[in-house]
Amino acid sequence: MPHLLLATLDDEPGVLNRVVSLIRRRAFNIQALTVGPAEAPGTSRMTLVVESDEAGARRVAAHLEKLLNVLKVELLTEKPAVVRYLALLRVAAPVALRSQVLTVGAAFRAQVVDVSEDSVVLECSGGAEKLAALAEALRPYGLLELSRTGALAMARGTAPALIPKARAEADLPPLAMSV
Amino acid sequence: MTLTGAQILWECLLREGVEVVFGYPGGAILPAYDALLDVPIRHVLARHEQGACHMADGYARASSKVGVVIATSGPGATNLVTGLATAMLDSVPLVAITGQVGSRLLGTDAFQEVDVTGVTLPVTKHNVLVTRAADLGPALREAFAVARTGRPGPVLVDITKDAQQATAAFDWEAWAPTRHRRHAAPGPKPEDLEAARQLLARAQRPLILAGRGIELSGARDAVLAFAEATGTPIATTLLGLGAVPAQHPLNLGMMGMHGEAWVNQAIQEADLLLAFGMRFDDRVTGNLATYATNAKKLHVDVDAAELGKNVAVDLAAHADLRAFVEALGTDFDTPDTDPWLARIRDLRGDAAVRDIQNLPDDGHLYAAHVIHDLWKLTEGEATVVTDVGQHQMWEAQYYRHDRRRSLITSGGLGTMGFALPAALGAKLAEPEREVWVVAGDGGFQMTSPELMTLVQEGVKLNLAVINNGFLGMVRQWQELFYARRYAATPILSPDFAKLAEAYGIRGLAASTREEARAAIREARTHDGPVLIDFRVEQEDAVYPMVPAGAALDAMIRRPMPAPSLLAETGADATST
Repeated sequence: MPHLLLATLDDEPGVLNRVVSLIRRRAFNIQALTVGPAEAPGTSRMTLVVESDEAGARRVAAHLEKLLNVLKVELLTEKPAVVRYLALLRVAAPVALRSQVLTVGAAFRAQVVDVSEDSVVLECSGGAEKLAALAEALRPYGLLELSRTGALAMARGTAPALIPKARAEADLPPLAMSV
Repeated sequence: MTLTGAQILWECLLREGVEVVFGYPGGAILPAYDALLDVPIRHVLARHEQGACHMADGYARASSKVGVVIATSGPGATNLVTGLATAMLDSVPLVAITGQVGSRLLGTDAFQEVDVTGVTLPVTKHNVLVTRAADLGPALREAFAVARTGRPGPVLVDITKDAQQATAAFDWEAWAPTRHRRHAAPGPKPEDLEAARQLLARAQRPLILAGRGIELSGARDAVLAFAEATGTPIATTLLGLGAVPAQHPLNLGMMGMHGEAWVNQAIQEADLLLAFGMRFDDRVTGNLATYATNAKKLHVDVDAAELGKNVAVDLAAHADLRAFVEALGTDFDTPDTDPWLARIRDLRGDAAVRDIQNLPDDGHLYAAHVIHDLWKLTEGEATVVTDVGQHQMWEAQYYRHDRRRSLITSGGLGTMGFALPAALGAKLAEPEREVWVVAGDGGFQMTSPELMTLVQEGVKLNLAVINNGFLGMVRQWQELFYARRYAATPILSPDFAKLAEAYGIRGLAASTREEARAAIREARTHDGPVLIDFRVEQEDAVYPMVPAGAALDAMIRRPMPAPSLLAETGADATST
């Protein structure tokens, strides 16, 4: 089953390569990967979906923890979490059908972000199922382009701080899997 | 204090306690070599960068210090890959320094440019490209800290030529590393200790699986004390040989593919396996589906990623092994293990009768005899550095390693060509120690030019080439599993004794057991290095053997000797 991992990384060249190379050579399969700046300057946050059993997901977390540029890893599978994807969809929308296309989009709370002579671009965020359903609903009108991010995720409730305090001060917390 | 990058490099190495580095110069590392002339660090010029890396590896394994290897960019650096992977698989602390083309040439396919951090990413614990002199000090300090902290491993620092030439302020204190601390072994958790005691309290047939982690965590005394107090027998991995004394009454010896049959049988009959600093390699477990199905399993390792990797365990303790075993203590009741120890004695059965070392001389020279005689004549005190193959397994079976760090061998990667260069490193780490190379005729030819390095560096060690005219272990698999179709395994060799003489090394040859013993005696008393070409039985095979993927107790036993020979074995058997 898919497992969600959050990792906080040093925002340095080559770090993404280290993470992806590690997962590849340990024969795990990445389903989705999203990286962007995290709350602390100089760090980035990665959301990773790995297809694996539970023990495998824990091992991925343990392997990631060993990378020097990985500051913290959290395995979200067992915790309540918000998981969101973002999709951009270009749909054929000649004037005669445009209002229908927009109605479908509105039903999914998609935003119109671009309008041209014969098509519109919709932006929609949500769970994977919702975005898949939106794409299917628009397909009869002519789904010209679809671009979707990997997962973004965050634990619900009061999560432990992802970024440890100044690393120079004390030993970092032990590996997530042994907590 | 302002220094060039090259000077910063050597000043950092000096402060890390480095006394010797192994390497090979070239264009992109020239500034560093130029600055080396001004520092009191010995440089050993290898004949190939792979050799230099194995030398640093052998030095590290024999001394428990960080080994250092230095090479130039491009081919110099790529030649390190096998050595780095060898160190990675066997958890050896190394720092590799490589020169890199100037930073403005990076990415242009410049002369001798290779993406070294990219190439070595999977075979290093960490690596880093340094393009500015100011970044070099922190990178080096961190490299040493990472190499030796937690589960040790190799770290590579790739330094552009301009970073070696530019200057930067030297500020040792400000460069103190911190990120490595997360690798530090955690202490034992009370709940893990309690769970371990509960497992032990119920175990009628416990067995310790002893790996290299015992040596790395300094747990030898703690593990022995625990074993003695609880009456728990010990089986070791290949890299666990010497971690506890071979001749300790509770030490059963090596497990796995070429372990003794009764040792593997004991694992299959155990009801509790205590995996101490080992990683359930496939050469140790055989078929996982049938592996120790009767046993609860406790796994203690410094590397959390090893826990549950190969074998699902009942209790996974991420902890420093020594701290864990010491905290575990012995102040709790465990069942009497005398019946279990008696059962293991029964399992030995006729193994001693089948053992070739207990057979009389039939005029042929067997590798097992050579190793056995080497053990006797060196009184078990030598450091033996092996290559990979049949001779490696015979060494593991017949040289009794009581002393820690007395066997140096490439276990995880199984790197042919390892022995000679690694032995040179080991000898420099312990100059007073008697050091023997045990290599096959195949692997020895992979790195034999390092004989000249022995001579140039004035290093005395002895070499036993177990020469059977085949790539023996591959031939054995062909014999057993490929209908004796010997594809590409017959191998011709030069006259090794003459080859040695060409290097200025004494060369001897032995074809009988008497000649073998005489040659070993001569080698031990000769001042310089001595190579002995042991011309052993050609189609001898290593037994017992668990075929790859078979159940651990589905072993191919040693063949029973002919009855006429059996009748004569009694006296010789007791002499071992």
